[in-house]
Amino acid sequence: MQALVIVAHGSHLNPDSSTPTHRHADTIRATGAFDEVKTGFWKEEPSLREVLRTVESDEVYVVPLFISEGYFTEQVIPRELRLSGWDVSEWDSDGLSADTATLVAEDTGQTVHYCGPVGTHEAMTDVLVRRAETVTGDPNVGEGFGFAVVGHGTERNENSAKAIEYHADRVREMDRFDEVQALYMDEEPEVDDVTDYFEAEDIVVVPLFIADGFHTQEDIPEDMGLTDDYRTGYDIPADVDGHRIWYAGAVGTEGLMADVILERAADAGAEIEAAIETVREETRETPAAGD
Amino acid sequence: MTDVHDEQLDALLARLESDADPVEFDGLFADVDTNADASDDGGSYTLDVASSDERHENLSESAFRSVASDDLVAPYVTNWYYWEEVVGDRGRHRRAFLRHAEAASEHSVSDRYAALRSGMHTEWGEVLVTATLGEDGQRRYEIRHTEDRDAEADDLDTYHDPLDARDIATYDERGRYRPLKTAPSLVSGWVFPDLDGRDAVETLDVLYPASVANWNLEREGDLDVTHWHETAERQTGIYGVVEDLPGEAVDWMAEACCVDSQCLKRREWEYDEGHELDADGGTGAFPCREPCSLVVAAARKWTRLEEEETHSYEFELTPSEKEQVEEIVDAAADGRTEEIREADVYEGANRYRARFLRAKRFDEDGNLSGTPTHPEDHEADAEHDDGH
Repeated sequence: MQALVIVAHGSHLNPDSSTPTHRHADTIRATGAFDEVKTGFWKEEPSLREVLRTVESDEVYVVPLFISEGYFTEQVIPRELRLSGWDVSEWDSDGLSADTATLVAEDTGQTVHYCGPVGTHEAMTDVLVRRAETVTGDPNVGEGFGFAVVGHGTERNENSAKAIEYHADRVREMDRFDEVQALYMDEEPEVDDVTDYFEAEDIVVVPLFIADGFHTQEDIPEDMGLTDDYRTGYDIPADVDGHRIWYAGAVGTEGLMADVILERAADAGAEIEAAIETVREETRETPAAGD
Repeated sequence: MTDVHDEQLDALLARLESDADPVEFDGLFADVDTNADASDDGGSYTLDVASSDERHENLSESAFRSVASDDLVAPYVTNWYYWEEVVGDRGRHRRAFLRHAEAASEHSVSDRYAALRSGMHTEWGEVLVTATLGEDGQRRYEIRHTEDRDAEADDLDTYHDPLDARDIATYDERGRYRPLKTAPSLVSGWVFPDLDGRDAVETLDVLYPASVANWNLEREGDLDVTHWHETAERQTGIYGVVEDLPGEAVDWMAEACCVDSQCLKRREWEYDEGHELDADGGTGAFPCREPCSLVVAAARKWTRLEEEETHSYEFELTPSEKEQVEEIVDAAADGRTEEIREADVYEGANRYRARFLRAKRFDEDGNLSGTPTHPEDHEADAEHDDGH
């Protein structure tokens, strides 16, 4: 028996915080690739401390639904899951390359394959692009479009910016969009000045965040000038300084995120290839290119 | 009447063939002597049930099948099949709960089958689990709110997928988010009328996460309680400060957050191994094994607040106004402010009464009796706390 446990931050205040986590869990559950699929949270229930005991399987793949390596993935999650003998060196990571470590949970005795966060997996680049397809409604979006990936910046975690740069580089290498730019909320180049960084009239802006919340629904739309007051909403696309901004909201809400979770588990040894194929197709909201 | 299916008999026979030990389960005894000579007139099977004085020995396979289908014996066979073949022992906590739901350790199979026909009830937090007998000894489970105990199922919203319980558990009846799933604010008006054992436990696990596992660990004497002090020491980052919360404040915190009126889990954690908290731990069906994330987050705020020194203020209040302040605190603490009727000016926490007090006693800066909070520093910044 093998189980998947998706661990995420969750919120005491915002019920929408955990919605994407549950949705991706449902998508994966429907593939039948795992005997059990559970979710555990830092701020919701079951807590990280107790999620493993709700799992009947002896072998558990734990995938953190976090954007970057840092405090949560390196300290909080392994500690709260009681992964015996955990040390961050188990991942031997440069800040982007954490893949998996196999440990035993002290309280339940389960074998836990503790995976790197979804945000740094190469498949995340595909989700960013899929998000652009979804928000524009165009499966071939690219030509004539600029593409911006938005992150927090380094204020709290230097690996956060590494992940943004990594995916911006990978989107650029696809040679699909006219221009690609990494932007930040709290450092240069700032998302406030988004239109300064693009020649293209149309710009897709995708925040590399797990869930929609204060930053993605209030700060970023106002900072970019999509609206003066987030409560009144904004158009997609919105006209700003002669550009059309296609603001996608948190990438973590995109259905294809379920694929990244599966990729993480597959990299850690789970045999789930068929599920990966299924999820890649079924989470598409626009007609497949070429249809 | 409980019919035994061939499939169930096949499973029992296969079990006897594959394992040298006899089947001894819930009053069923079945055995086969694999060394017996098949050419003997008598057979090699033995079958016996607790409610019968008659021990059937030397049965041929066909005689074994026949006896096993007897009205008195059949319940024991279908009962064995349900617990050993359908439920199994892989889900240790799940199995324990389902056994509990029909008091399996206390009653014989025949008594249980009689009771299950009319339904056996287990209260679990604010929900009622009713175990019944399905076809061929299968169990079925119904889950509904205890408030809907006597409601007609047709009058309730019907669900079949345990994951639908997520939506039920997310908001209270006023549409407010429920960050604590064990708060006694689960909405009523729904029913899962017909679940199998796995889905029944799954539904409970959505409504009250990890409650079944922790209940069973406690039952087995294996619950890993983590007391406050150890929990506080473990915290890092913005929660590292909670270690400094004074002991008496931990007591007030438990009284504020963890009593039955606020949370249905029964608090089993104390200040530490040697120091119990005064607050009532409650009487819930399932235990609370450590301070939850809501308590830790609130403790962070209280740690900051309890660092402040007291200060003597002088306020001008009439005796009734003093009592009104107390009534307002009580109403807020008991979550009653919404219940107080608009025109009920006899309630101190009535909105008009509170507005009158504010109009009379607050100055333009919101200071009670015009007394500044920080007399030495009128410009004191209000604290902004983004902890969530």
